[in-house]
Amino acid sequence: MQTDQSDIGDSLIDQSVEGDNVRKQAPLWSRLLRSPSVIIGGLLLVFIVSLVPSAKLLTSLDPTEINPRNRNKPPGAEMVMKNDSGERYTLTSRMGTDKLGRDVFTRVVYGARVSLIVGLSVAIISVAVGLFIGLIAGYFRLADAVIMRVMDGLMAIPAILLAIALVSLSGASLFTVIVAIVIPEIPRVVRLVRSIVLSIREEPYVEAAISVGTPTAKILYRHVLPNTIAPLIVHGTFICGSAILLEAILSFLGVGVPPEIPTWGNIMAQGRDLFQIHPHNIFYPGIFLTLTVLAINMLGDGLRDTIDPRVSREF
Amino acid sequence: MWPYLIRRILAVIPVLLVVSIIVFLMLRLTPGDPASNIAGDAATTEDIAKLRVQLGLEEPLPVQFAIYIKNLLRGDFGESFYYKRSVISMIGDSVEPTLSLALFTIVIACVIAVPFGTLAAFKQGSWLDRIVMGFSVVGFSVPVFVIGYVLIYIFSVKLDWFPVQGYQNLSEGIAGWAYRLILPSLALSVIFIALIARMTRTSVLEVLNEDYIRTAKAKGLSQTRVLLKHALRNAAVPIVTVIGIAIAILMSGVVVTESVFVIPGLGSLTLDAIQGRDYPTVQALIILFSVVYVMINLFIDLLYTLLDPRIRY
Repeated sequence: MQTDQSDIGDSLIDQSVEGDNVRKQAPLWSRLLRSPSVIIGGLLLVFIVSLVPSAKLLTSLDPTEINPRNRNKPPGAEMVMKNDSGERYTLTSRMGTDKLGRDVFTRVVYGARVSLIVGLSVAIISVAVGLFIGLIAGYFRLADAVIMRVMDGLMAIPAILLAIALVSLSGASLFTVIVAIVIPEIPRVVRLVRSIVLSIREEPYVEAAISVGTPTAKILYRHVLPNTIAPLIVHGTFICGSAILLEAILSFLGVGVPPEIPTWGNIMAQGRDLFQIHPHNIFYPGIFLTLTVLAINMLGDGLRDTIDPRVSREF
Repeated sequence: MWPYLIRRILAVIPVLLVVSIIVFLMLRLTPGDPASNIAGDAATTEDIAKLRVQLGLEEPLPVQFAIYIKNLLRGDFGESFYYKRSVISMIGDSVEPTLSLALFTIVIACVIAVPFGTLAAFKQGSWLDRIVMGFSVVGFSVPVFVIGYVLIYIFSVKLDWFPVQGYQNLSEGIAGWAYRLILPSLALSVIFIALIARMTRTSVLEVLNEDYIRTAKAKGLSQTRVLLKHALRNAAVPIVTVIGIAIAILMSGVVVTESVFVIPGLGSLTLDAIQGRDYPTVQALIILFSVVYVMINLFIDLLYTLLDPRIRY
């Protein structure tokens, strides 16, 4: 009997909500395409993402192949290569080579993979975990006090130091780097979700749902969760950008992904000692890193203005 | 006001307790043994075992935790595993470079960002506004180490105007000290200029639409006066908040900047301590940073009441 009532209640409530929301608005995609930040950021991001599947087409070289003959070539110099049958041939090194004779262009192209994997997985994991914890904190008073104290504590530790500590203490690998970047991001997601839940809880339609005896899980799923989607997409985009940045910082400081994996941060780290003579080791990956973060941030700005004007940029 | 203040100060305690627990568990629950690090490759198993007892690492975790908290409460942060010096004195030696860098950065950021943000709002839609907005988007995305190297390359390697890297103590002369801080703090300030300029522009824009600004203009006050006295003052709360956030998150950038410019500050100290698993040093530093973070947040909240008498607690 109770479930019947709540079902009726829910359908009534849903109708009324839809009724409230009927506004004359252009469809979402056309609003998105009118935002210059979305277009510029999106196109730039498409370019960076396209490096991943086309890496093999762009370069025939192995990003990890050490070649002493070609050490420290400036951009545009000829590299002497040997093919499988032992014949020598020359190739132009578009971005020069590093101190071990590896082609910087090849490494930069392959480096896009790691950055994008880290950015995407950190965004997804921290949003998912933060959403779960945030829903609990926002809906259950008892858990709230404990959860928020832990989150406050985590936020008080500088993100970079927390990540450096987590990686260098548990051993460098792609996985630990991702976890180490996720942990400082979670409290920010939790705070965002919790604040949304707290405001939604006060809405008349949620009160109505509670009063007709809708189970808590169903309220969370049907009424609270949909309200978190837009802000989380926006926040997730910013997390993706800052995760890529943090991964590069960790690698650059020598506490990130193992040095043999080509990442933009690792390329820069290995170019540090010869920077004054061979700045290309730092500048090229730096340009790609900047463009990627810029693209994602612009996309995030555009998304925020279009789909969720309420979210302010928080740290 | 007073009850609020006391409540806020008391709320700091659980945060710091949580931070101490996180740091303690993080160091102990991850693989790796500081004793074998210190003893070196030539050490025998017995040497390492003896060292573990000496360092108190053989005690059960709850006992270690009790000792750690007891010492913290007495203000005793212990002795570095490596340097056999009190952690406090090591921190004391590294504070000056970091504090100088932070101070320079925030001053540069505010001096550039607040006027430009205000002007951008005042001349909304002008080329100046577009430049400020464009800079705030780009400046936000360029990593500090990339900016740092670009500055070094242009001003030190090519133009030879500045030393490439390094730090000079204030006691060796204020000119040399300031001279060597210019490039690192410029590099670090870019992101904060972006952040503060954007917030200044937004909040001044909001205020400029208010009735009292129209009244002030109608009274015939000069533009400067309207802007400084009426607009900026009322826009101050969000601007001060964002400057506070900037100071609070400054530490993350400091670690990277110190590494790029080889500055022997707290960031470098922390990096070395973490990599060497120097538990007492890591614990003390992370707790120190958290205290600073919490105190700045507290200070910002209190500053609100001074800037905006309408806010009462």
